[in-house]
Amino acid sequence: MRSHTLVVLVEDKPGVMNRIVSLFRQRGFNIDSIAVGHTETPGLSRITLVAKGDDRKIEQLVKQLYKVLEVIKITDVTDENLIQRELALIKVNATERTRSDIMRLVSDVYRARIVDAAPDAMVIEVTGPPEKIESLITLIRPYGIKELARTGVVAMARGSRAVAIGQPEVVA
Amino acid sequence: MAVETQTRRVTTEQHQTEPQLGARLICQALVREGVDLVFGYPGGAVIPLYDVLPEFPIHHVLVRHEQGAAHAADGYARATGKVGVCLATSGPGATNLVTGIATAMMDSVPLVAITGQVPQHVIGMDAFQETDITGITIPITKYNMVIRSVDEIGPAIQKAFYLARSGRPGPVLIDIPKDVQLAKGYLAPPQPVNLPGYRPTIVPHRRQIRRAAELIRQAKRPLVLAGHGILISGATEELVKFAERAQIPVGLTLLGISGFPASHPLCLGLVGMHGFAHANRAIHEADVIVGIGMRFDDRVTGRPSEFAPNARIVHIDIDPAEIGKVLKTEVPVVGDAREALKLLLEEMEPLRHDEWIETIRSWYRPIRTAPSGPDGVLQPQYVIDRLHKLTEGKAIVTTDVGQHQMWTAQLYKCDIPKQWISSGGLGTMGFGVPSAMGAWFGRPEAEVWAVVGDGGVQMTLYEFATIVDEQCNVKVAIINNGYLGMVRQWQQLFHNRNYSETPISSPDYVLLGQAYRMPARRVTRPAEVDEAIQWARSFRGPALIEFVVNQEENVYPMIPSGGSFREMIDVHDAQDGEW
Repeated sequence: MRSHTLVVLVEDKPGVMNRIVSLFRQRGFNIDSIAVGHTETPGLSRITLVAKGDDRKIEQLVKQLYKVLEVIKITDVTDENLIQRELALIKVNATERTRSDIMRLVSDVYRARIVDAAPDAMVIEVTGPPEKIESLITLIRPYGIKELARTGVVAMARGSRAVAIGQPEVVA
Repeated sequence: MAVETQTRRVTTEQHQTEPQLGARLICQALVREGVDLVFGYPGGAVIPLYDVLPEFPIHHVLVRHEQGAAHAADGYARATGKVGVCLATSGPGATNLVTGIATAMMDSVPLVAITGQVPQHVIGMDAFQETDITGITIPITKYNMVIRSVDEIGPAIQKAFYLARSGRPGPVLIDIPKDVQLAKGYLAPPQPVNLPGYRPTIVPHRRQIRRAAELIRQAKRPLVLAGHGILISGATEELVKFAERAQIPVGLTLLGISGFPASHPLCLGLVGMHGFAHANRAIHEADVIVGIGMRFDDRVTGRPSEFAPNARIVHIDIDPAEIGKVLKTEVPVVGDAREALKLLLEEMEPLRHDEWIETIRSWYRPIRTAPSGPDGVLQPQYVIDRLHKLTEGKAIVTTDVGQHQMWTAQLYKCDIPKQWISSGGLGTMGFGVPSAMGAWFGRPEAEVWAVVGDGGVQMTLYEFATIVDEQCNVKVAIINNGYLGMVRQWQQLFHNRNYSETPISSPDYVLLGQAYRMPARRVTRPAEVDEAIQWARSFRGPALIEFVVNQEENVYPMIPSGGSFREMIDVHDAQDGEW
């Protein structure tokens, strides 16, 4: 059982996410994280999926996903040299006494930013691999996290090889 | 005459120049797909469609419940290989199709279900008879769609039929809001269907075929397990050639029945939970198993870890997701069963496995078909055996689900492809009668028998009315044991005979037959069986025979659910088998 990161390219059509999520529920696949957005190609969306399972389970997941008509291409990038990024917004209690501690922690150690401040709270924006975000959350938690929002991971392999359909249109 | 011809020409031209009602475009698109038969039931959201339907060369069969429409379309598809079409209104009409759609999904049957939907401006408003049928059917359709504008009608219907029948077939649902049926537009000319996310592999990779052939060549005790894919791809001839050339015995899954002739010396018949002992023992002893167009369903494998413990697996299937799903597969072959067998034949020289075949034969023990038990009560197996003999094995046989289904699978020996129609994957009680009706529409020259139980028949017997209306040549054989027999058998064997809610009463089927204007008889003694069957066969049109049989007869052999071949209970071991 290990975590797999899958990049799924799908046609950007109504109901596609519904089909995919329905499939996970129906077949009992556990998804740790899912993030969706547009790609370099109009009409194509990219889903980054993190799921735990043995190789057979992940193989089934991939094969079943391929049966969703709008799924064009699935790449398991787990073993690639991977850039993984997630963004989190953390609203944390901040009193006059704790404010500077939090700010130091956030900016010096995690290179995160304070994006909003209120008399008794602050909002931290942090970007990075999920482990970094987990670690910041652990350190911030004692101050009292009022609200936490995470985007889920997006991932891309380093180097020139791309997960894409066809050749890019080069104008310049 | 001349005037009439001229008028017709003008009308045709008008069809091309003036925008047409969406409802007409739907019918035109159906006709273009070769549809001449639809099973359906009208309702508010499809009135525009029904308004114009009579203008088209499409025979509409008015069922009595939409579930019947779906099963009938399914039976039609299984009997012909063509796409079956059913039609229902929105809301309850659509949800009543659900069991039939799920049945077709599990058994890979090409079906197009068309549902009306409330007008688009009230979708999402909880309008009268509104239901999210596309949402409901996502997990039980190969694909589904809502047609949102009149321009989409042509391409959507073309796509639906293409998806239903290509690759691994399955049901496709098209939901059409009423306003789209009432809007005017044009039918786009057919375009080649181009779906970037849907490219089923038809011709398998030659390298995989060579690997399969090599493994088969090395085998001392090879076995083929043939499934529904043989029938879907029309591979019977190729399978016979292959089995004969390589001298490999063939076991059949429940849906593989009729895909390989039962009378062929290499045919082992049904495998799995209620499969023949020699067939299951052959699986247990085999060193190579070639699964073709089947999916190692749990009713075939029992506990997968103990299934075919000595065998290396070659798995040929058009759906890559089926390969490796249940068993570790040594040689995966993705492709159409017929194409795969054709290639395999090219790679396969004649082989001999005389000793292996003889050994399997020595394990064979016939299913008992004595007319009556010790108390003189009619035995159900005898009824099926007589039905097989008197119809010379040539009838199309549909079944419900349960004991009668297994006895029929064991004893009605099928030699003709697609003559066996049964709900395998979903195990849908109530399937037998409506699917028989559908099968008859597909093959009206055939003699069709629906072998059903007293439980299942009561789920869909309202379709007697349709069968009588249409004078289908469908004979219904009710095997009445007064129980939900298969559940009772499990209760007897695994739950200390606690027959909780399995005794079930029946109406007087002879009176019921009369009420539906359907000739009907009751048989209680072995001596009456032949005469009753011959009576039903002596005229065209529907007939009903109730066979009142031994109430506590069990289906053997039996491998308990999740068990292995070692745990098989044969009639000779069973306590109730001592007579």
